[in-house]
Amino acid sequence: MCTSIVEIVGASGAGKTGEGWIELTHSVVSYDHPHHAVLEEAITIDFVNSTLGPAARVAVELTLESAKELSAALARAIAAAEIEESARLRRA
Amino acid sequence: MAYEGMIAETIAINGDKGEPISAYVAKPLGPGPFPGLVVLHHAPGWDEWYRETTRKFAHHGYVAISPNLYHRAGEGKADDVAAKVRAEGGVPDAQVIGDTEGSVAWLRAQPVLNGKVGVFGSCSAGRQTFLFACHTKSINAAVELWGGRVVMSKEELNPKQPTAPIEFTKSLSCPLLGLFGNEDRSPTPEQVDQHEAELKKHGKQYEFHRYDGAGHGFFYYDRPAYRIEQALDGWQKVFGFLHKHLSTR
Repeated sequence: MCTSIVEIVGASGAGKTGEGWIELTHSVVSYDHPHHAVLEEAITIDFVNSTLGPAARVAVELTLESAKELSAALARAIAAAEIEESARLRRA
Repeated sequence: MAYEGMIAETIAINGDKGEPISAYVAKPLGPGPFPGLVVLHHAPGWDEWYRETTRKFAHHGYVAISPNLYHRAGEGKADDVAAKVRAEGGVPDAQVIGDTEGSVAWLRAQPVLNGKVGVFGSCSAGRQTFLFACHTKSINAAVELWGGRVVMSKEELNPKQPTAPIEFTKSLSCPLLGLFGNEDRSPTPEQVDQHEAELKKHGKQYEFHRYDGAGHGFFYYDRPAYRIEQALDGWQKVFGFLHKHLSTR
């Protein structure tokens, strides 16, 4: 498989590489050949700093099923966080 | 016992627009003459499999050069560099054509060359091999392994890949070998049918071999896609085709 499934979005935050923490500029999500996971295709997520060299990357390669679980968990955590933030704004 | 030996090393060559890029070269020792082969690396990068494959061709008597199509993304481990290229939306087709032409020029400058040059590539490089063979008159054979997105939808076109390679079929300048797995999803068997129909339409010299029980990347012995029987037969097809079109012995 040689897909063109790639989603690139801006990212603000930090990620920890083998060399230490880096500031992030982008998150890159794709479905294509993994490098390490023993799968034919994987959801790969790279958190990168595009202004630094190729090693400025935090990478994961997930099965489609575990990527779906991650996506749902992310959505639940974000929803809970937004409720928390709304409450904080009301208190302020 | 006949003496065997090779030199394998990284070098700098002139890539697209004369810009220096890195390349991995493997060449048999001896006076030659040897045929030449450009070995284009796949989307996962300028990696160990491609180093091994470049040396494999040298073992079989070819001067082989694998240009680093991701050179401009910077130094690093192959997977990190490939990820950076992916985050940048891939490499432009025009640049790949220029880098490949630079590799052919390097081969043609080697005194041991027999005057014949081919190009080999798998995955994204299968596509790029076909694309290059439609944009040059400088090669004598092309080997496309499971080239994904030779056939592209309008939605897949972008500034770096503005035209589907199949559109250039009329300009294919040399014999083409294609190997495909019938369980592949990029290219699908239907896309391979389209690819083949276009070659037939323009009266091009080609041979396609399609393997049951194989998907994408069935040569990669270190990945779950590996299929030993299909891969062994495929390698025979590759070496038979290259010998037929590049050997002068």
